[in-house]
Amino acid sequence: MGIELLGGRILAPFFGSSVHIWGSIITVFMLSLSFGYLLGGKLSTKNASLTKYGLIFLTASIMVVPIALFSQPIMEFIFTHIEDSRYGSLLASTALFFIPTVILGMISPYSVRLLVTDSHKSGQVAGILYFVSTLGSALGTIITSFYFVLAFDVNTIISAFALTLGLLGVLAITVNSLAGNKELAHA
Amino acid sequence: MRNCLLFLAVLFSVAAHSNVVHEERSLYRNIIVDETGNLRCLKFNTKSSQTSQSCMYKNDPDKLVFNYTKLTFASLLVTDDPKNVLVIGLGGGTLSNVIHELYPAAKIHNVEIDPAVLKVARDYFNFIETDNVTSSVQDGRIFIKRAAIKKQKYDWIILDAFNGDYIPEHLLTKEFFEEVQSVLADGGVIAANTFSSSKLYEHESATYHAVFGDFINVSRANRSNRIILAGIKTIPTQAQLNERISALAPRLKKYDVDIKAISTYMQSTKNNRDWPADTKVLTDQYSPANLLNF
Repeated sequence: MGIELLGGRILAPFFGSSVHIWGSIITVFMLSLSFGYLLGGKLSTKNASLTKYGLIFLTASIMVVPIALFSQPIMEFIFTHIEDSRYGSLLASTALFFIPTVILGMISPYSVRLLVTDSHKSGQVAGILYFVSTLGSALGTIITSFYFVLAFDVNTIISAFALTLGLLGVLAITVNSLAGNKELAHA
Repeated sequence: MRNCLLFLAVLFSVAAHSNVVHEERSLYRNIIVDETGNLRCLKFNTKSSQTSQSCMYKNDPDKLVFNYTKLTFASLLVTDDPKNVLVIGLGGGTLSNVIHELYPAAKIHNVEIDPAVLKVARDYFNFIETDNVTSSVQDGRIFIKRAAIKKQKYDWIILDAFNGDYIPEHLLTKEFFEEVQSVLADGGVIAANTFSSSKLYEHESATYHAVFGDFINVSRANRSNRIILAGIKTIPTQAQLNERISALAPRLKKYDVDIKAISTYMQSTKNNRDWPADTKVLTDQYSPANLLNF
């Protein structure tokens, strides 16, 4: 959500700040999350492990970086080739946010797989996960829009998000290699 | 004395009674056109008269109502007769109309993001459109970016897209001003109408200064509403100023613009920087303009 919010900031210089900007961003995020859920669920059926879980975080972290590094040339290219700012912003937000958000979407179903040990409790686990991830989204939204934008550059915030994801990935992999698969339940 | 006050109070309450002539909800806001006696105003949102965007005297449409609109004409003291004018933010189209009357041969292009505002300007504020006066519905930043690619140049660029309540943050950054500068013709001028106060005033000044160097503030004692004249290569001498004032004064009189008085509100930032040297410049990366404007 933090990234989604900054999306508006990133696109505005090229595509304006009209309502269609938010239409583009929210569409792309919803679409890519939905694919991410599907992929994450599928992936969780094949030898799920904390290491792979950590790799998802690491990949997400790496995929977020281009938003900070290459957004200018990408948007410039789209801006000069597409006259209509609705489709321009849709394409730009796809180019910038689709891949990282698909990967971020994979995290939730994979977490369910790792956390559910007893099918009786699967509903409860899913409930807790939804709680944590949606609460996290809410916090990410308010902290980014109220405070981060006042204190930091957009790219600094994006890099901090990428770094956090990367650290979580490394943490998951380290925990796994230290304790083996026994620790799964504590992921 | 008491009767007199009572009379005034009654008169005022009659005069203050306003009629809503037109009301519509656009993509961006509520638009209201209301009339108080002879004064017709375009307002955004409701009730508060603070949000008047543009007003016109029905019995004397030439006469300008708002001070800031009048102050904008200070631009003419620092540049020659404009030939290509760009107005970002249409409002009721008042500025465009007056400039067209003053310089019928000049090309004027108005950019307005809200199609409903353009419609209201046409229907209720006699917004004049001719072969020379055109308008487009677009985000100002996008228009200028495209104009830069097409290598278009304007010699008078008026930035009037802030409505007092909300500042489009992407129109108050270093990168945006650089784009504006790239479509400014040699010898031209940029006039920006701004409402910034407190912290934002300083950030705004620092940002203009970072791109254009020293600029001219046109404002009365109350510094929250000012016109910034930027992009001027050579500041005119007092003799040139006087010459322009005497040439313009009779022409601007019918619009209730006292250009001589306005010339005394002009102050260059050259020896008068009223913001700290370490003020952070607003950029596309850092532009919390609305959060800074308390």
